[in-house]
Amino acid sequence: MQLTQSKREEYNTPSSSTSQPSPGPSSLANRINLSTWLRRIVFYLVLLGLWEGLARSGIWPSYLFPGPFDVLQSLIRGFQKGTFVTGILVSLKCLAIGYLISLSIGLVLGLLIGRIKAVADTVGSLVLGLQALPSVCWLPLAILWFGLNERAIIFVVVLGALFSITLGVEAGVKNTPPLYLRAARNLGARGFALYSQVILPAALPAILTGLKQGWTFAWRSLMAGELLYFSLSLGNLLQTGRDLNDASQVMAVMIVIIVVGVTIDQSLFAPFERRVRERWGLNQ
Amino acid sequence: MSQTATATLQTAQTSTARGIPIQVRQVTKTFSTRGREVEALQTIDLDIQAGEFVCLLGPSGCGKSTLLNIIAGLDMPSSGEVIANGQPVKGTGTDRVLLFQEAALFPWLDVEHNVEFGLRQMGMPAVERAKVAQRYIDLVHLTGFEQSYVHQLSGGMRQRAAIARALAIDPAALLMDEPFGALDAMTRDLLHHELEQIWLQTSKTILFVTHNVREAIALGDRVLIFSPRPGRIVRDIRIDLGRPRQLEDHALVDLASEMVAVLRQEQGG
Repeated sequence: MQLTQSKREEYNTPSSSTSQPSPGPSSLANRINLSTWLRRIVFYLVLLGLWEGLARSGIWPSYLFPGPFDVLQSLIRGFQKGTFVTGILVSLKCLAIGYLISLSIGLVLGLLIGRIKAVADTVGSLVLGLQALPSVCWLPLAILWFGLNERAIIFVVVLGALFSITLGVEAGVKNTPPLYLRAARNLGARGFALYSQVILPAALPAILTGLKQGWTFAWRSLMAGELLYFSLSLGNLLQTGRDLNDASQVMAVMIVIIVVGVTIDQSLFAPFERRVRERWGLNQ
Repeated sequence: MSQTATATLQTAQTSTARGIPIQVRQVTKTFSTRGREVEALQTIDLDIQAGEFVCLLGPSGCGKSTLLNIIAGLDMPSSGEVIANGQPVKGTGTDRVLLFQEAALFPWLDVEHNVEFGLRQMGMPAVERAKVAQRYIDLVHLTGFEQSYVHQLSGGMRQRAAIARALAIDPAALLMDEPFGALDAMTRDLLHHELEQIWLQTSKTILFVTHNVREAIALGDRVLIFSPRPGRIVRDIRIDLGRPRQLEDHALVDLASEMVAVLRQEQGG
């Protein structure tokens, strides 16, 4: 044919703005990261110093305002006794069960609201209304229905995450470009394949936002619920700390709760979100 | 032997579906938006032979894309019917594949899986799917970009991937809705040439919508000129130029200026 290989390659140049990052900018990014980390470390050291100074100043009694070293000791003790590990496991189990339930219901509900107008007009408005209610408000009712036990807490966790997930799925489905659906139908996609291979993947970035928000709400609802109910959970460790007048245990458990939350966010949601954004080309 | 020649030879062997005849009978289309009726198409009658390359030429918004969507089965006519290969069109069918102006590739799939999409709907096993997809990726010169995602491709590469995706399911008719409209002139020329080669090798029926006069003449056996909205066919011109055609060819340039005159007259009147 008339075209030489070199000419053809010219046409096959990928769009330049979206090409792989070159070594130059990425090493620059590393340096920025390094100075960010340095700043962070200095900030936390200063914070710890201030805390220690305040604790030693004697303004408040040390059993009410323990210093970082007391809290560190409580932390170590908690993990040595195993109560913190048990607490983490008990809480995560509740969270996982509740979250998976809301995920399954939320996916179906969001799809129905997003695709069927009659459902959107009715159930959709209800979901929007219920979203405005902090899920802890369900706790009294949950206790009446299920008794003061794990099931009541899971119920509150489910309701904490459900509406965010539903609304995320709905938004994603509603914003699916009709062009993708037309193209898919044109290529022979029908029924369930349209949902599983086109609508859901097209909606994934929005669904992910809903999943993330849902998890945050679930985690908060869980902690609120656990404060009230006697078990071996993290929330209950906070409560026992209060009962024992042990502020350093309360602070230690708070730190554990923060670390668990950040870890789930960073190890589960952040990489997933990054992959999706990269693949969908949403990073430009 | 060059890469193109080998690739086209392969299509000739693997592509089995030859073109089909398409008849458009008394088709009209009226849209209603906010209570107002807008007539998009005014009674279209059309006979397209099997394996014919027909260009639909007209100003933007003249309803030529609407007609293409109706033939694809993506939209329903307000009255009249389309008959593809003797069968009335009731919906989309994999014998008629529409290529959109915006490529419409799926951003969550890489090039290879985009091309495999239609094959997957047919229930073809994964191994075979990959083989067929590779053949068409090679055909449109995207070898080496199988794992690229849509946002990593240039406009021309996206259209090629879309062409590969459409050809992979071996349709009898390709319905192309200004597929090269957003591309630069050089890339467009190259794709014209490739499309002509594919058509010569496979003899599929091709309907190609464009508002570019020279594009229409460079590609079509026939050029149908549409009037502005409501659309109707005002001229049906046979293009008897040899192939492969060159845009610089004198006969082609002369024909183009004649056709521009026709279009002006139509728009003026």
